[in-house]
Amino acid sequence: MAIRVKVMRRPEREVSYLRATLKGMAVTFSHLLQPKVTMQYPEETAQEGFWHLSSRWRGTHRMLTDEQGRAKCVACGLCPQICPANCIKLVPGEDEDGHRYPLIYEIDEFRCVFCGYCQEVCPEEAIHVGVHYENAEYQRERFVYDLERLCAQTHPVSTLWDPSDPRGE
Amino acid sequence: MTPELKGLLLVSAIKVLLVFVALLVGVLVVIWVERRGAGFMQDRLGPNRVGPLGLLQNVADGLKNLVKEEVVPARADRVIFYLAPLMSFVTALILFAVIPFGAPLPPFDVTLPLLGRVVHEGPIPLMVADLPVGFLFIIAISSVAVYGITLAGWASNSKYSLLGGLRASAQMISYELALGSSLIVVLLLAGNVMLSEIVAAQQRMVWFVFAATLAYLMLHIAAFAETNRLPFDLPEAEAELVAGYHAEYSAMKYAMFPLSEYVALITMSAFITTLFFGGWDIPFTAWDEQAAATWSLGAVLRTSMTALVFLGKTFFFVWVFVWVRWTLPRFRYDQLMFLGWKVLLPTALAYIVVMATAVLVLERWGIAQDWKYGLILFLVNVPLVAAVVFGLDRRRVLAGTQRRVPMEG
Repeated sequence: MAIRVKVMRRPEREVSYLRATLKGMAVTFSHLLQPKVTMQYPEETAQEGFWHLSSRWRGTHRMLTDEQGRAKCVACGLCPQICPANCIKLVPGEDEDGHRYPLIYEIDEFRCVFCGYCQEVCPEEAIHVGVHYENAEYQRERFVYDLERLCAQTHPVSTLWDPSDPRGE
Repeated sequence: MTPELKGLLLVSAIKVLLVFVALLVGVLVVIWVERRGAGFMQDRLGPNRVGPLGLLQNVADGLKNLVKEEVVPARADRVIFYLAPLMSFVTALILFAVIPFGAPLPPFDVTLPLLGRVVHEGPIPLMVADLPVGFLFIIAISSVAVYGITLAGWASNSKYSLLGGLRASAQMISYELALGSSLIVVLLLAGNVMLSEIVAAQQRMVWFVFAATLAYLMLHIAAFAETNRLPFDLPEAEAELVAGYHAEYSAMKYAMFPLSEYVALITMSAFITTLFFGGWDIPFTAWDEQAAATWSLGAVLRTSMTALVFLGKTFFFVWVFVWVRWTLPRFRYDQLMFLGWKVLLPTALAYIVVMATAVLVLERWGIAQDWKYGLILFLVNVPLVAAVVFGLDRRRVLAGTQRRVPMEG
């Protein structure tokens, strides 16, 4: 079988880059004078001004508390059950009145895939993913958030995606 | 030592130091301009953290490069591998030695402590070396610059580097021809190869950009290829060849290549300024052209003003280089060769014939070399430029750049 060579037809005679060049130069020069889109990060953050995070942003978790400052969690065990990354550790306890509460509630934020299922599944609206992104730490261990830490977070919580209102209107 | 020799050495040493420091500082500024300019053209800010407006970013980068680890690839040709960055850096630096950057200073005859009597007879030209072959020196040394790049590619023992080096040699040699032959017209007009004389000729007539417009356009295009900048940066071609000829270089040896590229950029801009835009000449005035015989405030002011004007013109061309770099995509290799050999070179040769005829005719008619002479040559140039632009363009647009027509329905 003969070898078939595909010959690319390069445009040679019909080509002029003169106008395209001048047009391009005009475009770049006009962009020189246009307002810039850079966020000056440490000074400006996405919480204020021109930039804002979506209310559906799913960041590190936050546990909501009741009026007495106790976690709303009733240790039903749904969130560790649904968690696809298996990052929630929950040990339930029960007080003398029969109220269930978490003895241990830890979220490993390194394992977490930020799917937001825990917030969706929570019957008490206790655990939430947060609208937040500044999470730097010096030790890996610090990324396992315990209950106290989850309750102490103050950032806004995610609204998640509502199927009945897909555009968030 | 005679006082004259002492004077010559002293003046030369000061000038060398001045040019060297000015070039290195200029490189830092130009890289800053390039990065901030790139940022602004892409609707972002560019480096603005280190120092005021980010001006010290390059100092920080230079320090980083100085303390980084040097890596030499296995089986590289060590001697040439170390020599290549030096070759491209030194050739880029040495080019500036013959470019006049200001009006001459008056002569002096003083007695200094330690040195004794120091004499400089005749005006002091503001260039490191007023070579009688200044123009040819630039052409010669700028073709040596290709060795640094080619040898860097060859010595690295890497296929990408070698391809980059080969491209560099092919490209720079073919554009060297177009560059050299387009500049013959300048020599015809000035009748001299000394750059100071070329500047003087432009002060007598008009700037050569008007008297030899086409030569200027060709020099500018060839200058992109000579300095290996976009749209002709095929030796680097980071999309195809990783980083081309300097893919294997690291730390300060690597930094030498961008450094020499920017020095060459400044020198090319200065060269274009000198040959076509009157060098240090201040337009529409004659007071900057009378040589001062004695030291006075006026003489110093005159020299510094002309030097500033020269700086401004040079900077304008540096800016054009930066502007073009962040606008145009890279040429394909066959397009590059097509433009060099089939467009620029024949055009340059035909242009030489036309301009030589024009110069000869003007000489026959006995027209003095003043602004009228320049005007006549300008009128000769206008149809030539129009013809070349028409020949290149003819209302043709690169396929794919037409506005898209929305589909029916």
